[in-house]
Amino acid sequence: MSELLKVSSNPHVRSKSTTTGIMMTVVIALLPAAGFGIYNFGPKALLLILVTVASTVLTEFLFEKICKKKVTIGDFSAVVTGLLLALNLPVSAPWWIGVIGGVFAILVVKMLFGGLGQNFMNPALGARCFLLISFTSIMTNFDCDAYTGATPLANLKSGEAVNILDMVIGRTAGTIGETSMIAIVIGACILILFGIIDLRIPGTYIVTLAIFVSIFGAHGMDWPYISAHLSGGGLMLGAFFMATDYVTRPITKKGQYLYGVLLGILTGIFRIFGPSAEGVSYAIIIGNLLVPLIEKITLPKAFGKGGEKA
Amino acid sequence: MAKRTFNGGIHPYDGKDLSKDKPIKEVLPKGDLVYPLSQHIGAPAKPIVEKGDRVLTGQKIAEAGGFVSAPIYATVSGTVKAIEPRRVVTGDSVMSIIIENDGLYEEVEYPKRKPLEEMTKEEIIECVKEAGIVGMGGAGFPTFIKLSPKEPEKIDYVIANCAECEPYLTSDYRRMLEEPEKLVGGLKVSLKLFDNARGILAVEDNKPDCIEKLKELVKDEPRISVKELKTKYPQGAERQIIYATTGRAINSSMLPADAGCVVNNVDTVVAIYHAVIEGKPLMNRIVTVTGDAIADPRNFIVRIGTNYHELVEEAGGFKQEPVKVVSGGPMMGFALFNLDVPTTKTASALLCLTEDEVSQMEPSACINCGRCVEVCPGRVVPKILAVAAAHGDEETFLSHDGMECCECGCCSFICPAKRPLTQNIKSMRKLMLAKKKK
Repeated sequence: MSELLKVSSNPHVRSKSTTTGIMMTVVIALLPAAGFGIYNFGPKALLLILVTVASTVLTEFLFEKICKKKVTIGDFSAVVTGLLLALNLPVSAPWWIGVIGGVFAILVVKMLFGGLGQNFMNPALGARCFLLISFTSIMTNFDCDAYTGATPLANLKSGEAVNILDMVIGRTAGTIGETSMIAIVIGACILILFGIIDLRIPGTYIVTLAIFVSIFGAHGMDWPYISAHLSGGGLMLGAFFMATDYVTRPITKKGQYLYGVLLGILTGIFRIFGPSAEGVSYAIIIGNLLVPLIEKITLPKAFGKGGEKA
Repeated sequence: MAKRTFNGGIHPYDGKDLSKDKPIKEVLPKGDLVYPLSQHIGAPAKPIVEKGDRVLTGQKIAEAGGFVSAPIYATVSGTVKAIEPRRVVTGDSVMSIIIENDGLYEEVEYPKRKPLEEMTKEEIIECVKEAGIVGMGGAGFPTFIKLSPKEPEKIDYVIANCAECEPYLTSDYRRMLEEPEKLVGGLKVSLKLFDNARGILAVEDNKPDCIEKLKELVKDEPRISVKELKTKYPQGAERQIIYATTGRAINSSMLPADAGCVVNNVDTVVAIYHAVIEGKPLMNRIVTVTGDAIADPRNFIVRIGTNYHELVEEAGGFKQEPVKVVSGGPMMGFALFNLDVPTTKTASALLCLTEDEVSQMEPSACINCGRCVEVCPGRVVPKILAVAAAHGDEETFLSHDGMECCECGCCSFICPAKRPLTQNIKSMRKLMLAKKKK
């Protein structure tokens, strides 16, 4: 006992949760959707996923090496970004689309803004929108071996009939990871059970969109139409895995509800009044940009300062 | 009925099994006893003995140094060896009276008290004041001031804080189990001061045996009830326990009396009993000596002034070299750089750990996960406050209610990026409080 003991300020214990653990849970939660995508679209989907993930991880590694920063790929956040981006690509996309998207997501959206925690926009979605604008025909080509023609949402928009059951299971055209509502919801349940996300944002988002399409969709309270909107396109993947992205959603509770409502309205506007059938990506990206303002007006009141009754 | 609690909070590993079944054992000090003159909030006490004086157990050796202050009593008989600065748990050097223990434990004759029914309110408060009682849960605020608010008739609740929400601590638990009648007795004394108040024994539901025992004891007391609280840290924080038991919320600039409440910790209530009914000043307290480095974790009744080394010896010494020793609980206690410090009125535990998990963790980037916001009982945004504190941004710190932080440590505990949130906020608060005083 001659040596001095370690001294630090309280608290002297810490919880077990770590950033790496959170990111790995998200990766695991994305596996059902990825697995279904591979089953649905064939081995080419697996290849695209692997290329995209390799691209994001390698970009982060090289950037940090070149800038002589601490290498942080061990936290798995780049894997999450790569996986999410891949699940947002159509299976017909060539491999270099995954590479370009991965580099853009990590280099431009994440690292140039300061790395993990500093990006103001979801990297996977930023890259998807970049690709969608730059390579529109590739990104909207949903023809593949299994399916030809348009996505169910596009059919819905042009007034054609859609098969809700197929949409829920995922036997439709679309991006690799967005088609199966069941697989995504299984993943979402994993996230909720492990306390990674809660239902504040996805819940308000989905409910708001349902209300919006029932009012402005020109079909009234038509359940098949509303369910098609909810199970179609990128809504489920977006609501549970991208709108809940910690870095780019509001940190305040009230702000999260407001954010969910905002995303629901924006998605509704884009889907119903916009030229495209889809609107989730743009809605979330615009939502991301409004987060600082949302946080500013939804700061909680301190305990005993009107937050709780005095 | 849903269990009473507050919003936020955490569930750390509680470690209470190490010591909860060990009955309270008395420790007789062998070496010198050290009495820091500042063991409470407020002005330091003034020594009234001199080097070479012989003192008896229970003799006053320092008197209150101001209104917000408390006298100090000798807890052994012996000779005053010196009055000099000594190191205390916070790491500060504090002027202290050092008494050489003669091992005889000769006691003064304690004043005979009238029966409680015949005592006036002023007499009761005087007894508490003279006994040197301060908040023994850790804050060390002189208890007589708490017991004499401006408008005593407006006090609706006198709460005995029996939550003991800090992990590892079992001192209050043992006291409730072994001497519940003194706890109830002390609460009855406090109730005598407040005609319109009801007494509440607020216990966390991880102590069902205490709840049962206390319920049995108060079943014929119309003014006292036992309230079960959800087990959650920091359930025993003053503002949180008031909210959980009464639904009233106060902020940092208010006193419990503003919500019609008076809150005292278990050991403090028992000290009130000793002072008012038995005429004895505050001389000892229960200390849990525990942690995985301790051979035989135990609960001790310790004479104030006893060196921590002696407590460790009494608990069988170290079975493994400790790396970190904490005075108090793991959430809010003070880490010590060595054991050569005295037990004070506010020391509830000595926690000896073989591993310092905090120093092994490297903070990484904040991912904005919001867990700190989720757990904060003060309903502030620790993430924003910690950044403001690190940048010395006073304006943001104050406008985001940084002063409402109670330094409970929940945000640092929960942070997956292992960022020192509490530590940053705490330093900034200290700075701001010091600035305010100027």
